[in-house]
Amino acid sequence: METVMAHPFAKYLREAMMPHIWCSGCGNGIILNCFVQAVDELQMDLNKLVVVSGIGCIGRAAGYVNTNSFHTTHGRPIAFATGIKLANPELEVVIISGDGDLFAIGGNHFIHAARRNIGIKVICANNFNYGMTGGQQGPTTPVEALTTTTPYGNIEHPFNLVHLAAASGATYVARWTTLHVRRLTQSIKKLLQKEGFGFIEVVSPCPEIFGRYNKMRTGLEMMEWFRKVSAIENFSDPAKAEITPERIVVGEFVDIAKISYEKLIHEKIAEINEKKMQW
Amino acid sequence: MAQTIIDTANHIAGYAAKAARVKVIAAYPITPQTTIVEKIAEFVENGEMDSEYIRVESEHSAMVACIGAAAAGVRTFTATSAHGLALMHEALHWASGSRLPIVMAVVNRAMGAPWSIWPDFSDSLSQRDTGWIQFYCADNQEVFDTIIQAYKLCEDERVYLPAMICLEGFILSHTYMPVKIPDQNEIDDFLPPYKAGWILDVNRPFSHSNLVSPEWYMEFRYMIQEAMENAKRLIQQIDKEYGKRFGFEYGGLVEKYKCEDADLILLTMGTMGSEAKIAVNNLRKEGLKVGSARIRVYRPFPVEEMRRLAEQAKMFATIDRHISFGMEGFLATEVKASLAGEKEPPLVAGFIAGLGGRDVTSETIVKIAKKSLKWMKIGKVEKETEWVDLRD
Repeated sequence: METVMAHPFAKYLREAMMPHIWCSGCGNGIILNCFVQAVDELQMDLNKLVVVSGIGCIGRAAGYVNTNSFHTTHGRPIAFATGIKLANPELEVVIISGDGDLFAIGGNHFIHAARRNIGIKVICANNFNYGMTGGQQGPTTPVEALTTTTPYGNIEHPFNLVHLAAASGATYVARWTTLHVRRLTQSIKKLLQKEGFGFIEVVSPCPEIFGRYNKMRTGLEMMEWFRKVSAIENFSDPAKAEITPERIVVGEFVDIAKISYEKLIHEKIAEINEKKMQW
Repeated sequence: MAQTIIDTANHIAGYAAKAARVKVIAAYPITPQTTIVEKIAEFVENGEMDSEYIRVESEHSAMVACIGAAAAGVRTFTATSAHGLALMHEALHWASGSRLPIVMAVVNRAMGAPWSIWPDFSDSLSQRDTGWIQFYCADNQEVFDTIIQAYKLCEDERVYLPAMICLEGFILSHTYMPVKIPDQNEIDDFLPPYKAGWILDVNRPFSHSNLVSPEWYMEFRYMIQEAMENAKRLIQQIDKEYGKRFGFEYGGLVEKYKCEDADLILLTMGTMGSEAKIAVNNLRKEGLKVGSARIRVYRPFPVEEMRRLAEQAKMFATIDRHISFGMEGFLATEVKASLAGEKEPPLVAGFIAGLGGRDVTSETIVKIAKKSLKWMKIGKVEKETEWVDLRD
């Protein structure tokens, strides 16, 4: 029997960075795998692809993918990616980052990038807490969940990320869990081909930190939770697509066409230049 | 009753916030600070601390929430590291400018890029000019004691400034050491409840921190400078009083060790000061007259203490866990500035060491001392700034 030593997607990863730092049972590897699969299926030019990440466990993704990449500071990948996209609209700019990075310390950038409809793509791993620093309450922590800073249960209401993205003006919005690998891969393919600002939330297991405090100590138990309660409701009202222990609504919520910010700005520049010529 | 516990400096900082009866804590997690606020969250949630814990969405918000709480007249605490501190920068000026005695633990961590989670002083020293008092600790006991002392100092009406208590990440933050926690009644006696200099009060409404014209802005700055000078004197008094009551004293602004007859004095900050003491002992065994002076308070800077040390010593060696790019280590600059104009000042050699968490052991410091002694002998510093153990 022939022994294959290299992973079929090895060319998409920086092998020198392996082994990765993610815990067993973590969903980040699945997300990266789906992303790489989508890039492969689309036969994307790796020289034109930029992966940007911020702080947190999945922030390491930028270092693992064998494309142009930048691991930027806490909360700033969207601001950074905005600069890249405006400087060189030819580049495909993808952010792979976490819920804490994108929606707490960097929350402001998200709503404005979506509002402007700048053509960057955001894939957010939502593990319900700040995993890398040891599991504190964050902007996606469910009510009553236990974390190191809410040892008797969280009293704050979490963001509904797909609702936030849709309300802020994103042209593509979807949510999947790491259980939905095929749908997630197809969704990422769609995301990468959209014009304007697109967003996918991936509900991801964090058994070592979040699960440990919330009676789901293994990746399998967390995946079992996703399996039991996930309901695919494509193009349902994202406002009603909340995440509770009893129900996780997944699917595509928004898929619309809207001219991107980078197109508008270059059109505007051309228009002004033309007028100047007439003067 | 006083008790001795064995715990990490981060948890000890949490115990100190509890002992100080802090009323509001606003914080955001960041390595290696996080376990401080986790400990406090635990104390608040289990009822051991009668405080409000605000889980904010960034360090910028953490500092601003502390400013709000302090302006409402309560004792506040927060903690951060590196990029978190940098994100607070704008608000740091507002805390000192508003004269609010906020105390913050800064668990020192090197600044990116490239990413590092290991310690150096580049984070807190970058905030040198924000009007915050800066303490640097050498062990876990000092972390506890300095937090208590800092509230006493900062809440004094002659000071009313915020303070950072700096402790190096991992070297202290995650290292277990025995620490004596004094009896709560005795702490309460030493540190009475906070009496605010000004307070936002619905019954006596007034506007604070409003636009000030050029006719008055400078005077507000001058008052902060005066408060810093007052702090210099008070830090020494408070340290002495604390020592008398609780048995731990740190030499006020500078912890001196075998400096009386020293030809060479090693100037350090933080845990390098502990290693320097071991180095001094080893060098003395060889008959070399070396002493150690650990700068415990970096702002206000102990200018007068530097001058006093200069009367005796022939040579100073500064060891900076920091570099001001394009110049030298801050400590080297400050020490030279302190000595400018003195008659026959000692030679000053600057050493850069331990950036991004590289170990600075007593052996490293012995090496630094021997090089400095060589230069002392020839009466000339051959290299103004030496990077210790730099790879080719």
